[in-house]
Amino acid sequence: MTNILTIAGKELRSYFVSPIAYILLSVFALVFGIFFALSVENLIRMFLASGRMGGMPVDHQEMLMRPLMGTISTIGLFLAPMITMRLFAEEKRNGTIELLLTSPVRDHEIVIGKWLAAFALYSALLLISMFDFAILLVMSSPEWKPIVTSYLGLFLQGGALLSLGTFLSSTTRNQIVAVAVTFFASLGLLIADAISVFNSALWARGIGYLSLMAHFEPFARGLVQSKDVVFFITFTFFWLFLTVRSLESLRWRS
Amino acid sequence: MIDVQNLSKRYGGFTAVDNISFRVEPGKIVGFLGPNGAGKTTTMRMLTCFLPPSHGVAKIAGFDVLESPLEVKRRVGYLPETPPLYTDMSVEGYLRFVGQLKGIDRKELSSRAENAMRRCALLDVRSKLISKLSKGYKQRVGLAQALLHDPELLILDEPTSGLDPKQILETRDLIRDLSGSHTIILSTHILPEVEQTCEDVIIINKGKLVATDTVANLRGRMRGVQTIVVEIGFAGEPPAVSDVQSTLASIPGAENARLKDRQGAHFVFEVDGSQNDTQLRPALAAAVVQRGWQLHEMKSVSYSLEDVFLQVTQGEASVDAKNTSDAGSGEVQG
Repeated sequence: MTNILTIAGKELRSYFVSPIAYILLSVFALVFGIFFALSVENLIRMFLASGRMGGMPVDHQEMLMRPLMGTISTIGLFLAPMITMRLFAEEKRNGTIELLLTSPVRDHEIVIGKWLAAFALYSALLLISMFDFAILLVMSSPEWKPIVTSYLGLFLQGGALLSLGTFLSSTTRNQIVAVAVTFFASLGLLIADAISVFNSALWARGIGYLSLMAHFEPFARGLVQSKDVVFFITFTFFWLFLTVRSLESLRWRS
Repeated sequence: MIDVQNLSKRYGGFTAVDNISFRVEPGKIVGFLGPNGAGKTTTMRMLTCFLPPSHGVAKIAGFDVLESPLEVKRRVGYLPETPPLYTDMSVEGYLRFVGQLKGIDRKELSSRAENAMRRCALLDVRSKLISKLSKGYKQRVGLAQALLHDPELLILDEPTSGLDPKQILETRDLIRDLSGSHTIILSTHILPEVEQTCEDVIIINKGKLVATDTVANLRGRMRGVQTIVVEIGFAGEPPAVSDVQSTLASIPGAENARLKDRQGAHFVFEVDGSQNDTQLRPALAAAVVQRGWQLHEMKSVSYSLEDVFLQVTQGEASVDAKNTSDAGSGEVQG
């Protein structure tokens, strides 16, 4: 456990001494801020319109919260590869992996430590989005339960994406390759979602099951289903396990 | 301390290390000598649990590298060929991180880091970023990292590569300083380095073990002979060269004598004696004095490790080459 925290602490520190953490945080704050402002503006316009039309109720949750949570989930899909790209690729390029692998630390401690640091940075991104929602909570009274479940879903989905990125970073010594492959994998998970939407054959549903977005969707609606929780946790463990194996194979091959 | 038996490493069809066996006793400084690509780094990586052996057994302090890697890693300090540095950290921050990785107690962390920085003369750059340091300093940070947790065994892969001559001397001094309390194995392709720093030497070439011995023995056993250079002066008229030559050659233990240089009444002879015959020099001196000649100088010429190395690694090849050229010239004459 100490070893995991040592490695996580060191990784987190290197995120913040390099520009990467600040770039990610500010880009996220900006992009999500714009989406947030536009959505709220849109909602207000609809309120006014519905007032004039004579009182069709506007669903706060459906019109604002769910799309916004979906937005965070999508932005996360794009930013996660940038968080994980350096984790192992950089160590392999600089030869520092030799230090880690010859220190009295177990492989899984290295992997979990690094994933944990990535998860902490991702959490910092989510924290920024919470400021926007805090404004909403102060100014109006949205339902808070879907917000809580949405964040639970975002954390789970983020952990899953980051574990995939961690694995892909361990397969190369080139950060650009790591970020590109992870990005395409994320894109693939988006397309998986699209396939299941347009096709209901068994194979399409099978592929659709892999879609992170499909599993996130219920959370945004305020539903915590054990099958989604189990999916995300299994997904995370699967890729972290493969990362440990990948480190081992590094030993056998290199 | 190190017990290696029939160790091999293959990458696909390529055999980097081929069935080598050696032992290193505690407290020794061992030079691991071989040309580039001989398998030095691969062997060291197997000893540090970075690479698993394809065949054979390697034990450090009784622990097998495959079966109890954590125990091995706790006892080994390793400086890879390129120092494994996080360049975005300060020297002290880096050493503290490595200390934590090596399992040093939090309370001891500061004093251990301090100690390592003092030994490697890093105190004046302790708060500098590693990326700002010169190559020599970086190498020393790498060394500090290796000895931070006071390991029983230090494995140093080309510790002086890329340093300037002054830094090389400092590093060698440091390594000699560390011996005694640590077992050290260092790889190099620079021969004088082994002669100057190491007690024992392990020579490998193309993945195969060529020789293991003490530096002194190896130098001695090079050719079957030792060569002594004597400079003899004469008070009056010098005698015939052949007279002096036969006198020298007839001394017990001497195998032959040849004139190397002659300056007026001074003859310089080279006398070949059988190996490790410590009586040859006193006998030579006595014979010269007995004949009433003047002994101006006498020194034994030992072969440098360079000769040893060339002989041992390329011995067979050069013998073959010689045979071929002899045969060639024979044909021309015939």
